[in-house]
Amino acid sequence: MLVFAAAQLLPGNVGRNILGPFASENDVKILNHQLGLDRPVLTQYGDWIWKLLQGNLGSSLEYQGTSVSSLLGPSLVNSLKLAAVAFVLVVPFSIFGGVAAALRRGRPADRIITLTGLSLTAVPEFVSAILLILVLGLWLKLLPVTAQYPSGAGFFTQVRYLLLPGLALVMVLFGYIARMARTGTIEALDSDYVRTAYLKGLDTSTVVRRHVLRNSLLPTIAVVATQMGYLIGGLVVIEKLFNYNGIGQRILTAATNKDFPMLESGVLVVGIVYLVATLAADVLYSLLNPRIRYAAAE
Amino acid sequence: MSTVSLPLQPSEVSVARRETVQLLLRSPTFVVGVVILGFWIFCAFFGSLVAPHDALDQSFPQLAGPGKYLFGTDQLGRDVFSRVLAGARDIMEVAPAATLLGILGGTTIGLVTGYFRGLVDDAVSRLVDAILALPLVVIAVTVLVALGPSKPTLILVIGFVFTPIVSRTVRAAVLAEGSLEYVQAARLRGESPLYVMFAEILPNVMPPIVVEATVRLGYAIFAIAGLTFLGFGVQPPSPDWALQISDNYTLLNSGTYWWTVLFPGLAIASLVVALNLVADSISKVLER
Repeated sequence: MLVFAAAQLLPGNVGRNILGPFASENDVKILNHQLGLDRPVLTQYGDWIWKLLQGNLGSSLEYQGTSVSSLLGPSLVNSLKLAAVAFVLVVPFSIFGGVAAALRRGRPADRIITLTGLSLTAVPEFVSAILLILVLGLWLKLLPVTAQYPSGAGFFTQVRYLLLPGLALVMVLFGYIARMARTGTIEALDSDYVRTAYLKGLDTSTVVRRHVLRNSLLPTIAVVATQMGYLIGGLVVIEKLFNYNGIGQRILTAATNKDFPMLESGVLVVGIVYLVATLAADVLYSLLNPRIRYAAAE
Repeated sequence: MSTVSLPLQPSEVSVARRETVQLLLRSPTFVVGVVILGFWIFCAFFGSLVAPHDALDQSFPQLAGPGKYLFGTDQLGRDVFSRVLAGARDIMEVAPAATLLGILGGTTIGLVTGYFRGLVDDAVSRLVDAILALPLVVIAVTVLVALGPSKPTLILVIGFVFTPIVSRTVRAAVLAEGSLEYVQAARLRGESPLYVMFAEILPNVMPPIVVEATVRLGYAIFAIAGLTFLGFGVQPPSPDWALQISDNYTLLNSGTYWWTVLFPGLAIASLVVALNLVADSISKVLER
């Protein structure tokens, strides 16, 4: 609980941090006056927080008169679409990979899966994305090389356009999640209850399905949640590479153009999304793990 | 194991060290990793000397395919092969420096919080949680925009972000050591906390710190390459790999100029994969 309380305070602090150094760099004084940027930093910040509490994110400095929320909203939806595609791909892939590796522990197949995962994880996402674009997009011509689907495209077309950027994120995440799934599975395989299950005469597939998987997937869910932070950062890079209009692009342009309301709100939104995802994973974790559920009830 | 038949060593420490090295050399992944890593370290020092052309020389035909120029030329008419060799330098300066900074800071904080616990620990841990709650890229971009991108700022930012992460690992290791008898003995001898932390505990928590350092180095390269790609890291006209990709990736859509991005991409990939192979083998041997 304390962790959450501390993290809740965070976006505000970051907002102030960003504002501090920038406030001295305002050259265009008249414009600044119009925008209220020549007021003391704390006043601006207080103003921003006050409006925020009323649900108003302010208006963008770059796109005059356009409200931040009307620009951020669609971008957030776009980013979530991309993240969803990546997630739907990565979770089954990496859990399958991890469990498969664990069941063949120490054999070549295990080594190959582990080392591949490790290597893919280490390669920066824009590098793997470039390789994917070259191979799948340009040489084999399987997938479109831009992420921005034509407007009004149907569900499947959208997914098709998002597959390539999604895959690039998958390559980075696969290693972590597969490794956790592998560790969890090995731990479960070594346990007494699995030995008991085998001695009861159950066949391997039943043991794996009913006894191993249930226990091994718990730590995996936890690690999926910790990767949310990375996923958001990865989105920034991937969105730029594919010129995709998501929240990462918004934050990036806002940062380059010193569009503070946009930047602050973008970072705030990212912080909130991150918290919600972590919380959701915590809840899911306790729902799936009777031990934690009972401990909390006592 | 045939430890019994080994000749007598001056001390147990050197025996253990020799065993560690032998175990590492027996692992093929470690050897492969070290060879690739060694090649790039060589290039970081001498890359611009062994390269056939100057990495900034623009006097070649623009966008010539691989052939006469081994890896082709880029849109300004620079030799891609020479740029790949020379491009090792910046990342190999910034990433280790940032990692070192993070390890030094993190180790100090981890030792202090793990040793004193109580209020200091609580306060610092909350702060650490707060910093960790935002994605690295987002923190780094905002700070780099504020301070202006340069190599020293890049080192500071990455080092600063790594500090809390490292401190967590060190703190956990120190907590485990703190209750052991040798620490209590030192305390009862009346040693100062500073002495107990750095002379007694630190040597015993070195293995996790070494592992953490190798892992962090990989992340540093990952992060710096990403930031450079976004335009907030190493600045032009450096032949840095990520910068080459950032400069040329927009040409990709036409599908013809692949060599301008493929080779720097493979260079980054081989460097980080090699580093991870080394890190993985070291952690397996040290944590056995």
